[in-house]
Order: sequence, then C-alpha cells, then structure tokens
Amino acid sequence: MHIVACIKQVPDAKNVRIDPNTNTLVRQGVESIVNPFDLFAVEAALRIKDETGAKVTVITMGPPQAEQALRETIERGVDESILLSDRAFAGSDTWATSTTLAAAIRKLGDVDLIICGKQAIDGDTAQVGPELATLLDIPYATFVKEIGLMGESHFRVTRQTDEGTEVWKLPMPCLITVLKEVGEPRLPSLRHKMRAKKAEVPVWGIGQLGLDAEKVGLSGSYTQVVRVFSPPRRTDRVLIEGLPEVQAEQLFNYLKEAKVPGL
Amino acid sequence: MHYFLTEEQQMIQDLAAQIAKEKIRPQRAELDATEEFPWDIMKVLAQSDLFGLYIPEAYGGMSGGVFENCLAVEKLAEGCIAIATTFAASGLGAYPILLFGSEEQKQTYLRPIAAGKRLAAFGVTESGAGSDVSGIQTTAVKDGDHYILNGTKQWITSGGEAEIYSVLAITDRSKGPRGASFFIVEKGDPGFTFGKKEKKMGLRASATRELVFQDCRIPKSRLIAREGMGFIIAMKTFDKSRPGIGALGVGLSQGALDIAVEYARKRIQFGKSIINHQAIAHKLANMATKTEAARALVYSVARYMDSDPGDVSKLAAMAKMFPGDVAMEVATEAVQVLGGYGYMQDYPVEKMMRDAKILQIYEGTNEIQRNIIGQELSKEYGRLKETFF
Repeated sequence: MHIVACIKQVPDAKNVRIDPNTNTLVRQGVESIVNPFDLFAVEAALRIKDETGAKVTVITMGPPQAEQALRETIERGVDESILLSDRAFAGSDTWATSTTLAAAIRKLGDVDLIICGKQAIDGDTAQVGPELATLLDIPYATFVKEIGLMGESHFRVTRQTDEGTEVWKLPMPCLITVLKEVGEPRLPSLRHKMRAKKAEVPVWGIGQLGLDAEKVGLSGSYTQVVRVFSPPRRTDRVLIEGLPEVQAEQLFNYLKEAKVPGL
Repeated sequence: MHYFLTEEQQMIQDLAAQIAKEKIRPQRAELDATEEFPWDIMKVLAQSDLFGLYIPEAYGGMSGGVFENCLAVEKLAEGCIAIATTFAASGLGAYPILLFGSEEQKQTYLRPIAAGKRLAAFGVTESGAGSDVSGIQTTAVKDGDHYILNGTKQWITSGGEAEIYSVLAITDRSKGPRGASFFIVEKGDPGFTFGKKEKKMGLRASATRELVFQDCRIPKSRLIAREGMGFIIAMKTFDKSRPGIGALGVGLSQGALDIAVEYARKRIQFGKSIINHQAIAHKLANMATKTEAARALVYSVARYMDSDPGDVSKLAAMAKMFPGDVAMEVATEAVQVLGGYGYMQDYPVEKMMRDAKILQIYEGTNEIQRNIIGQELSKEYGRLKETFF
C-alpha cells in the first residue's frame, strides 16, 4: 500500500502579526512550522504503516526552505518526501495548489490513500483536500477522526459532523482530511533523525510535473487576495464579573433592558 | 558552552530535550503527586531509540557509549529526575549483561532492552547491605540445571515494573567477597514476587520495591559470567553507571537554574527585578558556575570512559558525587530565589529540591564516593616514588 500525506509549511501562529500600514502578514523573522493539522495527517499515515507496512510519502508545495518541513516528517518515520517547488508556483490559491499536488500524485501513480490535514492554520480554507480529490476524480471524506482498513480494497472512516458521526466505506484510491482525533503525532526517533539528515528530497517543478505555467501559480488561480486586515476592535463589549449568581443577574437585566423577546 | 559534540550527539541532545519539553514537563507535577509509573513516557522513549544508546548495533542498539547515554539522561533530567532515573535504571540493569553476559544472554536480553520493550533493573541492595555490599544475605544454590534463590532485595528501582533483573546473590559464603554471583531473573519466574511500593521524599514517579525470592528457580544459563564474579561485575557496572547519576545531577541543576533565572528577571521587589539585587545575582552566579563545572566533569569522565581506560573508579566516583552535591545545593538555592513561591507545590523547584536529595544517596552515597576517591588517591600516590615537597 502507498499512502501520500500532503503537508504545508506555515508561519508559527504564536508569533504572527499584521503590519497595520500594509495590512499584510509580517513574515520576517517568524519561524516556520509544519501546519499542526498536517502532523495529524502524517500520524494517521504512519499508524496505517505501523499496522500494514505501507509506504508513506509526504509531499508539499512551497519555497525551497519548505524542505525543512519534509525532513521533520522523515524524522517521525515517513519513508520518502518530495518538494514541489518552482517560481511558477508562487501566488497559488487553493485551486492552483491542488492542480500542482494532483500532478505530483498522478506522477507517483500507485497511490492508494491521500491524507490531508483538515485545514491549514494560515489560510484556514479547508479547500485543498476536496479540490485535490475532485481533480484526481477519486472519492473523499472530510473531517475524519478514525480510519481503518476494511477488507483488501476499502477503508472504513468515521467522520465528525455538526450533527454527530458518520461511518463511511471508501474504495481505494481515496482521499481523507483528518482531525486531531486520529492520534497524537509521535515524536522523532534517533534512527529516523539520522536518516532525515541524509535523505534526498527530490524537487519537482513544472517541467517534471508536465504542467502548463498558465495553470499554476498566480495565473492559474481563480481567487486573489485583495487585502488582508485585522478586523476593527469592537468597543461595545460589556464585561460581567463576580460570582456566577451575580453574573447571571447582570446578564438577565442586560437582556431585559435590550428587550429580548420572552423576557 | 560548546562541548564539541558530533552531529549525532547533538541529535541525541535535541531529541531528549524535545521529549523533556513536550512530554515530561507537562506531566511531572501530576506524576509526582499520583506516584504513578510513567509508562506513557517510557513508551515515547522506547520509540525514540534512546534506550539503546549505549548498546552495540549487534544487539539492536545505537552503538554509542557512556557519553551518549549521559547526554540523553541529562536532558531528560532537566524535566524530571524521577522519569530520567527510570530511564537510566534500565541501563544499570543491562550493564552486567552487556559487560559480562554470554552471547546468547546478550541476544536474548539486550535486544528488548535496547528497543525499550522491556525495562531492566539492578538488584543488589538489601536491608543489611547498603554501603557495605559484602553484607548481602540472598543466596543462590545450584540444583542440577538450576539455581534456587532465596532472600529479599530492598529499594529496587523499577521493581515490579521492569521485566529483567540483574541480581547479586551469594553462591559460596565461605569465599567471602569472591563468593557472590550475578544472575538474570525475569518477572514471572517461579518464586519471584515483589514487596510493597515504598513511599519516598522525592523521586515519586519512580517505582521502588522489594524483590522477594522464595525458592525462586531459574535455569543455570541465567548465571552471568562465572560463579564468584559478582563483586567484580557490580564494581565494573558502577564505573559505567556513575557518570549517568552525575548527568542526572547536571540536568536537575540546569532545570532549577533555568526557573530561578527566569523568575529572578521577572520578579520585581523594591522597584527592580530581584536579579538586580546583588544577593540574588550572586546566588545565581554560583548556581550557574557549579552547574557548568559539574557538566564539564561529567562530560570529560564519560568521554574518557568510552576510550576503555583501565581503572576508572576514582573518576567515576567524582563524576557521581560532585554533580549530586551541586544539584542539592542548586535546587535548595532555587527554592530560596523563588522565596514563598519556591516552597509552594504550584512551582516545580519544591519537587526538584525533594528529588535532588536522592542523588547524594543512591548508587553509593556521596560519602562512599569520597571513600573511594580517598582510597584511590592513597594507592595512586603510594605508587609514586617522588616527593612534592
């Protein structure tokens, strides 16, 4: 079995701020990390590997320094990794990103399962997983909290929805996006750390992927970011304090004054 | 300070530091309070390959030495020495097999120990045999293809939790110190049970129990080396393990220093950070200097030991004793720097001070270490023919 986990390198959210003049993210001096949700995707893949001996490949699209994110996953036990990097990929929206990832997965060929984190903590779109499955024309399930093999050619996945949980049977090949419930990401091991240090990370650009420059990067993107800004602080907040009983009374009076129906 | 570590040694440090930060630090207070055995963390350590650092690749290890093991122990100890002791004690139990075991014993026992699948433990101490190991009463009597063990070992680290025990027993009382032998006893062997778990001042996440042998029958193939080798095996094991106890002291000191300095920079009294009050600054300066001196000693001795020198008892004793004393002092001073907060269980230095005390007691009290150093000095200078006057 061959499992591909897709990951993204993102700025460490603890340290991100927005430049008030330009309304853009200040990325300078901000440490990059593997998108936390993608670590769950890698963990889900490694747990299937532990059970079945499956091969796990991790791919990411990003600038050359995204190689570091790939090495971090090798330190945790991933077999191989591929960096999709090309100047032509710059400015990709989720669609152009999915187009690029889909080309890489087609090139890999024998893939039985693709796992993505449920969303990235920078863009928060949760779109790449479903778009990638659509482009590859394979079934997918989002917000998966449990996955297991079901016979030779299917997976049994449990989805978390707003209404409750759903259990699906998905044929291979398929794609899932996962929640943190799939299992706490393991820490590196010394042997894998040593392997990661020496591992070759192939870099695929539009040439290797056979992609048209028009279909990727900014020119292949249907959406464009016009402006990023911090929402203005709301000043109409009322803080209620004190013992729970006192707070309840304050809240009741506030709602009554606001003429909330039923009070 | 830069200790000229290789890339691999740096990786060992980084990995152990990551485990301490992400897994040990968040759990240490709770494990101390509940006295629960840290199985979750042992599993993380098993998966990290660190249990096999000092074990040759031929037996599933990483082919490092005492130094590599000390680097890992130190970083884990920055988080909690109860957990780091549990980790290190498996090595103490494994060393008799590694140093003196047969090929078959090494293949059978070192592999699961290196993989962290089975913990090892070391059983020497008895109620009447602490510093004076020659007082042990546990006996092993040969009976055909078996040995039958009788007696009780006391205060055995990881007792009941570990599965592989290196146990010292008397095989021939008439031979005195040459009448003791080491055996491998497995959890589950007939006649082998455990006494109650001890309640301790500190080191509470580490399990300390009695090993009780009542007509415990083990195959004769469990004898390590030959009959009568017991004391030599014990002493050679201690030579290898003592720098590791030193590394526990260095780690604990560093952990306490980190908290003390951070606190002293933030705590404002009389209009300025207390680190800017000379009384506190001088305390911190002493703590930092002694911690670094202890580290330099442990690293030097551990590295020297890995070069397979002859007699290292004096250096091993120094590398155990000095960092242990430093840790007790640094932890006590850290509590003082934090003042009332330091005395509260909400802050970690109170536990560090309780934990530190064991470093001056176990694996040979620091008084015994000084005895060893004194005896070795006397021997060394006795051999010299010159005078220094």
